[in-house]
Amino acid sequence: MNELSASSRITYRAVMVRPGVTRRIRGLSDRALAWLFITPTIVLLLAINIFPLLWTIYLSFTNYRANRSNVPTIWLGADWYQSILTDPDIWAAMQVTAHFVIWTVVIETVLGFGLAYLIDKKFRGHGMWTTIILLPMMLSPAVVGNFWTFLYQPQIGLFNYVVAFFTGRAASSFQMLGDVTLSPWAIVIVDAWMWTPYVMLICLAGLRSIPDYIYEAAEVDRASKWRQFWSITLPMALPFIMLAVLFRGIENFKMFDMVNLLTGGGPGSTTEVASITLKRAAFESWRTGYSSAFAIILFVTVFGLANIYVKALNKVKSR
Amino acid sequence: MSVDVTPSIARGGLVDRLLRRGPLEAVATTIIAAGVVMLMQPFLLTLYSWSFATTLFGTVMFTIVSKVRE
Repeated sequence: MNELSASSRITYRAVMVRPGVTRRIRGLSDRALAWLFITPTIVLLLAINIFPLLWTIYLSFTNYRANRSNVPTIWLGADWYQSILTDPDIWAAMQVTAHFVIWTVVIETVLGFGLAYLIDKKFRGHGMWTTIILLPMMLSPAVVGNFWTFLYQPQIGLFNYVVAFFTGRAASSFQMLGDVTLSPWAIVIVDAWMWTPYVMLICLAGLRSIPDYIYEAAEVDRASKWRQFWSITLPMALPFIMLAVLFRGIENFKMFDMVNLLTGGGPGSTTEVASITLKRAAFESWRTGYSSAFAIILFVTVFGLANIYVKALNKVKSR
Repeated sequence: MSVDVTPSIARGGLVDRLLRRGPLEAVATTIIAAGVVMLMQPFLLTLYSWSFATTLFGTVMFTIVSKVRE
C-alpha cells in the first residue's frame, strides 16, 4: 500500500513539474516521434550536402568567380560543360587519372588477394602479420604523403637506396618525384602500399565466407588444389573482389590529398589527376563557374560508379 | 472458331522478362561503365566529349529502373 502511494506521489510530482510537455510528448505517435528524432539529421544533410550540390549545379551555368563576387553573375547555359568536354588538357588530365586508377586497382587487387589467400591459411602468427600488414591503411594520407616524399629523396631517400642495391644504379641517379616517366609510377607505388591492406581485408572476408564443406566435397572428388582454386575459391570470392575493385576505383578517381602532397601534379602536368586540375581551376585561377561544371562532371561519374558499387554490395549481401 | 493466343502470350512473356529490374539495371550499369571508359580513353576526343552525356543517361536510367518491380 505504502509502495503504491509512493509511486503515485512520484508520478504526481513529475506531472506537476511540466504537465504541458509530458502531455504533448505522450500525445505523439511513434511515427511523429521518429520524425522528431530524424529531423535534425535531415536538416544537417540538406544544409551541408544537398544545398551545396544544388548551388554548385547553379554556379556551373554561370560566370561566377569567388574572388570577384561583386561582378554581376551572367547565365552562360552549358558553355562551361562544352568547354571542358572539348578541352584536350582536361582530356589529358583524365588520362593521367585513368593511368593512376587502373594501375593502382590492378596492383592492389592482385597483391591484396594474394595476401588474403596466404593469411587465410592460418599459419602460426597470422594474427600478428595481419596487424602488421594493416598498419599503412591506418595512417593519414597526409602523413603517408610526407614520409614518402622523404623516402623518394634522391640523396637521402631509403627507396632510392633499396632500388640502387638491387639494380646496381647509383641512388642519386634517378628522381622518383622529379622525373616525367617515373613520377606517375611513384604515386601508384605509394597508393598501392597504403591501400593493398584494405583490399586484402575485403578479400579475406570473401575467402572466410566460403563454407568448408565445399572444399571437403571437392577433396572427395579428388579435385586438385589448382582446380579447387579456379572452380571454388575464385568464383566465390569474386563478388568481394568486385566490391574492392569498385571501391578503390571510386576512391582513386577522386584522389587528391596524397598526390597533392607527393607531386602537386608535377613535374609539368604528368601527375595532374582530375582533382588537382579542379583545385587549380577553383582556387588558383578562381574560375568558380568553370570548376563547378568540372566538379559536376566528376560527381556524375562517381555517382554512376557508386550505383554499380551498391548493386555489387547488394549481390554480396544476398549471399 | 478458334483464336490462337500463343504469340501474344509469348510477347507478354518477353516484355515481362525484359521490363524487370534485373535486366534494366544491367543495361544501365553497362551504359555507366561505357561512359566512364569513354571519359578516360586516350583514343578519340569525340568519345570523351560524349562521355558525360552517356554517364548521366546511365545514372538517371539506373535511378529510375531501381524503382521498377523485381
